[in-house]
Amino acid sequence: MPDAPGLELIAQEVNTRHDGAVIGTSYDRREATLLVGPGSAHDVLRYLKEAPGQEYHSLVSLHAADYLPEEPRFAVHYELLNMPRVERLRVKCLIEEPPAGELPQLRTVTDLFPTAEFHEREVYDFFGIVFDGHPDLRRILLPEDYEGFPQRRDFPVGGDPVIFTNTEDEMPGWTH
Amino acid sequence: MATPTDDRIADTTRTVEEMGRDAVARTEAQVIGTSPIEQTALEREEELFTVNMGPHHPATHGVLRLLVSLEGEVVRDLKPVMGYVHTGIEKSCEQHSYWKVIPFVERMDYLSYYFNAEAFCGAVERLLELEIPPRAKWLRTMHLELNRISSHLVGLGTTALDLGAISMFWYCFRERDKILDLMEMSSGQRMHTRYFQVGGVIEDIPLGFEEKVRAFTDEMPERINQYAALLDRNEIFLQRTKGTGMVSRERLLELGVTGPLLRAAGEPWDLRKVEPYLAYDEVEFDIPVGTTGDNYDRYKVRLQEMRESVRIVEQCLDGLPEGPWIADDRKVVLPPRHELGTSMEALIHHFKLVTEGYRVPPGESYYPIESPRGELGCFVVADGSAKPSRVHMREPSFVNLQALRDMCIDGYVADMICNLAMLDPILGGIDR
Repeated sequence: MPDAPGLELIAQEVNTRHDGAVIGTSYDRREATLLVGPGSAHDVLRYLKEAPGQEYHSLVSLHAADYLPEEPRFAVHYELLNMPRVERLRVKCLIEEPPAGELPQLRTVTDLFPTAEFHEREVYDFFGIVFDGHPDLRRILLPEDYEGFPQRRDFPVGGDPVIFTNTEDEMPGWTH
Repeated sequence: MATPTDDRIADTTRTVEEMGRDAVARTEAQVIGTSPIEQTALEREEELFTVNMGPHHPATHGVLRLLVSLEGEVVRDLKPVMGYVHTGIEKSCEQHSYWKVIPFVERMDYLSYYFNAEAFCGAVERLLELEIPPRAKWLRTMHLELNRISSHLVGLGTTALDLGAISMFWYCFRERDKILDLMEMSSGQRMHTRYFQVGGVIEDIPLGFEEKVRAFTDEMPERINQYAALLDRNEIFLQRTKGTGMVSRERLLELGVTGPLLRAAGEPWDLRKVEPYLAYDEVEFDIPVGTTGDNYDRYKVRLQEMRESVRIVEQCLDGLPEGPWIADDRKVVLPPRHELGTSMEALIHHFKLVTEGYRVPPGESYYPIESPRGELGCFVVADGSAKPSRVHMREPSFVNLQALRDMCIDGYVADMICNLAMLDPILGGIDR
């Protein structure tokens, strides 16, 4: 992990190359986080991966969270790792809730990190965040015809009817 | 086994025009997906044949469906389809207080339940800034390593079973059962033990446990030698595993593969060494590393890891410090049972912890550990209430599965079975 001053140095360095890309930093319980906006996440990740002295070549994990009722509502977290230095750095991309009926958009990082393919499909599946440029953005764990994005905080629990052979006639939209 | 020879692979030198429209249309219709990870050079003369392997297939180690494009017996494209055992565990975790989440996460990767519990408890302990007592660290280390052996035993037994060596399966499960007996002794359950608690472990190990574990660790190295004697020079096993499923180290790193698969390809990356947690910086062990990264190396790495785990368990027994096995923080940890009858304060704490649970200060934590399959990371978002606002598991099986296509392309169907078995995916972990 970079320490708190190290994190500020990284943030400064990124901001000199991409003006205003890093909108904040957070150093909490020995975990370092860069806060970025959705427009600059890809640039920041590319810089952190390729710039000499940074070289965070591994994207260990990519996950999202819904911070309802906070604003901005969604965040996608990129857990970066520099293997030779054993340093972890989290890039947290804050995404505003789009107007009703639209899905939040974010640029894919599969061109930088091929491992992101499954992760981004999972985030799309559960949060409905669309990754522009993802080669194969489909639901991954839920059925293809599933409606809604169940990991959102406003998605109710226990709302799905279970289909049994003796109840299938009562199911909406169910035909033989 | 020889790789597919030239007469099997159709002539790729001819252009699309020379092959004719019909051939192109037929083959393109059978391309699976459009992703670069899934793209295949399709200028083949022969017709591709797409079949489903699974979801119900004994060799898929769970409910995994593979869409496979075959040219004769050679795999030209492959796409895993999963989600058949998705049960919404991550969503369920958000509805329960922290201490009730532990049984949920244990059921994700159902062969390495101690690891799931450790990942979650570690993340919550980091959020609480709670230090666990030394005895708890050593007890956790010992149980994790016992669990690693049992998980590798299942992997090895089922792999050998897929390759036709059914006796290996029984031998491996015999030893695994002894480990489950040990876990039953220390925690009361054989699987999904809920032994790890936030703050330590639920109970001290019982009398006689140490002798039982010593008997096991005395016996196990000899058993591992017997497995090796059964498989190491077995002609069928060698033909199926040597030189198959090779993927370069660089490609594996790109795909985010961790664990024994990565180490078999020559990358000595083990979180127990590079980012020691619990008591791993106080025990001695080596990291086995392969050279070529074929299936035989993967088998050898797992076998050697079991030997190293036995060493760690022995050292844990020798070095186990005396003292409390759970932290003495009454706001998080249940008070001892005997205090409830005499102390009003203990009774209040007990009541509050059981009904509401403890509150965790707001924050986010990603806590990675080395599970039998690679990096298992638990990401927890706390919002200050008694329930986590988000729990996410970075499951090594889920990420490693992306490498299956690279392993299988241009190999035989039989090699695909072997590759999948050596990948050792746990569908409960993938689907969650």
